[in-house]
Amino acid sequence: MKAMRFWLPLAMFVMVATFLAVGLQRDPREVPSPLIGKPAPDFALTTLHEPDRVMRLADMRGRYWLLNVWASWCVACRQEHPLLVAFAQTKAVPIIGLNYKDARAAGIRWLAALGNPYDASLFDEVGRLGLDFGVYGVPETFVIDPQGVVVFKHIGALTNDVLQTKILPLVKGGKE
Amino acid sequence: MTSSRSWAWALRLMAWCVLGCVVPAQVAAETRVDVEARVQRIASELRCLVCQNQTVADSQSGLASDLRQEVRTMVSRGDSDDAVLAFMTSRYGDFVLYRPPWKASTVLLWIAPALLLLGGLLTLSLVLRRRAQLPDELFDPDLEEPSA
Repeated sequence: MKAMRFWLPLAMFVMVATFLAVGLQRDPREVPSPLIGKPAPDFALTTLHEPDRVMRLADMRGRYWLLNVWASWCVACRQEHPLLVAFAQTKAVPIIGLNYKDARAAGIRWLAALGNPYDASLFDEVGRLGLDFGVYGVPETFVIDPQGVVVFKHIGALTNDVLQTKILPLVKGGKE
Repeated sequence: MTSSRSWAWALRLMAWCVLGCVVPAQVAAETRVDVEARVQRIASELRCLVCQNQTVADSQSGLASDLRQEVRTMVSRGDSDDAVLAFMTSRYGDFVLYRPPWKASTVLLWIAPALLLLGGLLTLSLVLRRRAQLPDELFDPDLEEPSA
């Protein structure tokens, strides 16, 4: 009984401290997407550079591809952009942009100034496709598999670490 | 005579006209108010993902106003509250609901308050019971209140 008196508070302290330590490491902004493992929402949108060309989800069927949500007004996009440009040069996987709630001219200007890593950018002026993808913080990056199923989502600016350890193995694994 | 009759007709005509114009407008205004009330109610059940401690109804963020607009569209189309909530959870997960559903991963969340209360009551009763068994000498004697 005497020992309990000493150990019980210690045990409780350790428990609370552990919970807090784990809780504080987590990013509350990273909400798990319910879309993982589900078919990507269908779309038919014009592309940023070609207002007459409509692109559909079906066009991307049969291969892994990245959907990167960006906007010219988005500061964090500017931060991840050089990495994306460099990654696009490796031609590891097609990158489709989703120009989210932007003006066409501003988006085109932004890509002209900073480089265009995208095979094409979907132009989502009202953010309707963004809503279907559950976008809430630009930039966001989705990995979509050959069957059109979302297999991975990254919220916020991409890092080289995420690209190399999370995204590349996914799209490489699918190629073999 | 004829003039009073024509007056009556004119009045009746005016009444029709007024009713005919005003009543539908009033109905429309009422349904608009109903829709807004429902939008407001549903939006206050939804968590804004940008400012996570605010509801979609309260938040000024762009995403929240987009979501409010989406709710408004669905409500005016006649969708049920559940349909709107299902639409939101299929995109943003249970996290958007301020009242998460009862399921395996949320059971602890729901019963934790009751568990904590139970634990507290149990501890209290154990302590009190043990104290009741201790001999009187261990306690300070009750002192008389000093009377003024």
